[in-house]
Amino acid sequence: MLEMRKDIFADERDDNLNVIGKGLQRQDAPGHVTGRTRYFDDHAFEGMLHLKVVRSPHAHARIRSIDISAAERAPGVKRVLRGADVPVNKNTLLSLINFGKDDEPTLAVDKVRYKGEPVVAILADSEAQALAARKLVRIDYEPLPTVFDVEEALKPGAPVVNETYPGNYFEYHERFDHQKLRFGDVERAFSGADIVMEHRYQMSPIEHAPTETNGTIAAPEQNGRFVVHSCAQGLFFALGTTAKIVDVESNRLHFIGGTVGGGFGGKVDSLTEPLAVLGAMLTGKPVRFVLDREEEMLYGSPRGAERIYIKDGVMRDGRIVARYIRSYFDAGAYTRLSSYAAIKCTAHVPGPYWIPNVASDIYVAYTNRCPSTAMRGFGVTAVDFALEVQMDRLAEAASMDPMEFRILNAYRDGDMKPHRRAAKNTALVECVQVAAEKANWPLSEQAKRQSSLTGGAGERGQIPATTVDTKGQIGRPETRTGTATQTLPAGTARIPLSKQPVMEGARDGRAAPTQVPRYEPARPAAAATPAYAPPPYQPASPPAAPSYQPAPPPVSAPASPAQTQHGAVRFSSVFGTRRR
Amino acid sequence: MLGVRSCATIAEAAGILSGDRQAVLLGGGTLVMRDVNEGRLTEGTLVRITDPAFRQMSTGGPRIELGAGVTMAQVLASRELAFLHPAARAIGGPAIRTMATVGGNLFAAAPYGDFTVALLALDAQIVLQAGYGTGRGVPLEEFLAGRDRGSVSGLVAGVQFSRPANPGEFHFRKVSRVKPKGISVLSIAAHLPLQGGRVAQPRIAYGAMAPTPIRARGVERVLDGKALDAAAIQAARQAALEGCRPATDAIASEWYRREVLPIHLGRLLAGEPR
Amino acid sequence: MAKIPVQFRLNGSDRAAFVDAQETLLNTLRRGLGDFSPKYGCGQGTCGVCSVLVDGEPQLSCLTLSVACEGRHVETAAGLADGPNLHPLQAAFMDHFAAQCGFCTPGMLTAARALLAKNPSPSRDDVIEAISGNICRCTGYEPIVAAILAAASAPGARRA
Repeated sequence: MLEMRKDIFADERDDNLNVIGKGLQRQDAPGHVTGRTRYFDDHAFEGMLHLKVVRSPHAHARIRSIDISAAERAPGVKRVLRGADVPVNKNTLLSLINFGKDDEPTLAVDKVRYKGEPVVAILADSEAQALAARKLVRIDYEPLPTVFDVEEALKPGAPVVNETYPGNYFEYHERFDHQKLRFGDVERAFSGADIVMEHRYQMSPIEHAPTETNGTIAAPEQNGRFVVHSCAQGLFFALGTTAKIVDVESNRLHFIGGTVGGGFGGKVDSLTEPLAVLGAMLTGKPVRFVLDREEEMLYGSPRGAERIYIKDGVMRDGRIVARYIRSYFDAGAYTRLSSYAAIKCTAHVPGPYWIPNVASDIYVAYTNRCPSTAMRGFGVTAVDFALEVQMDRLAEAASMDPMEFRILNAYRDGDMKPHRRAAKNTALVECVQVAAEKANWPLSEQAKRQSSLTGGAGERGQIPATTVDTKGQIGRPETRTGTATQTLPAGTARIPLSKQPVMEGARDGRAAPTQVPRYEPARPAAAATPAYAPPPYQPASPPAAPSYQPAPPPVSAPASPAQTQHGAVRFSSVFGTRRR
Repeated sequence: MLGVRSCATIAEAAGILSGDRQAVLLGGGTLVMRDVNEGRLTEGTLVRITDPAFRQMSTGGPRIELGAGVTMAQVLASRELAFLHPAARAIGGPAIRTMATVGGNLFAAAPYGDFTVALLALDAQIVLQAGYGTGRGVPLEEFLAGRDRGSVSGLVAGVQFSRPANPGEFHFRKVSRVKPKGISVLSIAAHLPLQGGRVAQPRIAYGAMAPTPIRARGVERVLDGKALDAAAIQAARQAALEGCRPATDAIASEWYRREVLPIHLGRLLAGEPR
Repeated sequence: MAKIPVQFRLNGSDRAAFVDAQETLLNTLRRGLGDFSPKYGCGQGTCGVCSVLVDGEPQLSCLTLSVACEGRHVETAAGLADGPNLHPLQAAFMDHFAAQCGFCTPGMLTAARALLAKNPSPSRDDVIEAISGNICRCTGYEPIVAAILAAASAPGARRA
């Protein structure tokens, strides 16, 4: 049963709160137990049509022709839709925050890129009639070579999955082929380590399998508006996506939802909303589009598979001195949220440990598999699993108890993380101690005495001298195999962006509501200009400070009026939290 | 579009089925309605049987007869069929067991069809009714061998088998990964009659180790006439995979099924828990 | 397509509907009669969210033909409460936080109701077996089991 350990961090606790720490009845419980809670599908409309899609049987194929004539004549069929009927038939989910290029059609046009991709939509009076008519659609395919492996996909000459990204990798800021992290000098640390260990970890895609499948009911309202009962986890995200695809002002869409029969990340892709609304617009009738269980399991996007290589350098006393992670996210055929997953993964490296030298290269690769998306800690869960398995292996190699090994290497308050932010409220040491206690796992007296509040900061709170690639322009495709040629001096907090995002009206770090950060077009780098120049940086505390000082505030070049932004901040504003 | 015919007699249904290739017999609905819901079955006629004889059980004597429409819940409610309760309870949850029928289970593709595995180890006979004629008996093994080829035609009206002289000599095990209930990795049914401490004419059947439930002929051969001692069990384990053609599916790989079958068979024969 | 008339008792009241031949009880309840308490989850008998009682026995309405329910007595989770008064199972589900997203809850309540009607003092294993055909993807099984066990010992739990 749940046990609150109030003895730990007691001075940081406030037990006089009205809600937290109290058992309160959920306000939705009466609806749940009486069966009166209304989910998206629990709405009745007179004359409602049912939409079913015809899906590709091929993982990669050119579409030679589509013949819908027999399906159009089938009993009960009111309308058959093809790609040409979709007003804006190319989208990427994160285009709502200007991130990534439109790369995915609602209904495939020239080719299909994964097995199960929707090609044709049928609207009929009953589900049975739509299913029967689905069999009458004739599509002539020319199968194309496929690629299903992330590393194969990145090799020269691999079949091009998604022409928007011809290198089969997501292009960060329209030029970088992966997310890169550099902190200290891993290569030098590996050469000085007593033990160097590298392992490969391969995850599988995981389907969310919500008990309620993805679905939408859309119906005409008054004044040219449409009411949309949606399963979406992010209702306004789905609204914005739908408005773009069906090409209407968002104030014409009246989205109702928020009551979701299980989501777990599998209901953020707007899989059903756009076609349901489009069907309602074109027929003037209510339209219901619900995935059946087989579609949900096979073609509702899963947690993406990841391949992760972890290389660690460890000293005989158990201290990890270097960690290098190379990881490949399998996006499937389209981006959806994988570009964000790789950023989250990079932000999580090297796990909750203090390691003085860290590097990572995280790729998003396109393959002819079902597009992957968000799922419970996506971008983090898989790398965490790999890291913790690796920690057990390292502990064994260092002849140490795995719990004590974690306490030894745990990050502590004030430690500098590879992202140039000082850690606070770390608490891993205490978590391991309590877990050991609960599992009757013997810990040494020394390990029991450790605390996350002490032992951090100081030298561990400093940013080390850091090696970067050629010209300091890290991560360009042609430098993928390039070696480190330059070193950023110690204390460098931020690697300058090659493109400066502009956020107008930004004061005290908050954007004016109507202003969205937009990137300026890439400027060709002048050959004569030194490509890298360290930004002006004033450390809040002297580098040689003998004791822990509060972490420097987030660095914004005080001289510059433009607020620098990067992916994590922009994403967190979309997903509801601002971490600053 | 699909139509429905409700038939008051088994003969009427058999007549429709023999005359209409697009007619499908609907038992409890757990197999056929799935195909309807997922759009695989969109044309033809669903044939229902309301004949009480279709759901009748005759369980009092040495020869047991179950109508094809008898449900798993009915089997579980019968004290005379206690030796079949482990197999009936292996079929789904309570709601499925209210619906799923003995006859329907004969048609369940691997890895489903666990009850049929038990029937196979009982050397059951199928009562087939073709058209309006009278029923004829077909050995279950023969029926299963021809099932997927469609070479056995007619309506399955019921199954017959002999009650084991000692119900304690009948064993059933279902191996699944999800507890307490999941789809079969495999299932094993074994009838091991003992005479003077030795196994006499054992019958052992597997589920999910081939496209249909199969008899474990190799195991039956090495056990026949032997005491169930460590040597016999070892020999049985070595013969366990004879004739097996398991599939790789979402539940388990072919490799895994081959690896674990001898272990579970050995435990069953030794009377050890799963 | 000619519709077929069907009559049955739903939660104690006579109801009639015109259905398609292949129409499932789930669709008739939801789309025809407006009882949205049984849900569609899989259409293949795996998840249990469409569970109803037919003549007191648990059945999956997504695999049941409506025409086969002629003259039967169908009960859903919507009929569990006695007017404004919650059934002990419903109260126990609230008290034990046995609902997260709530989508499996009507099916769980129906499976529990069928259990308690036959076995008023079930063991923990009995409860687990009774809900073994119902999936809670939020994996809140422990509170559900606790709620059913608590309801079994509450007065009035056997009231069908």
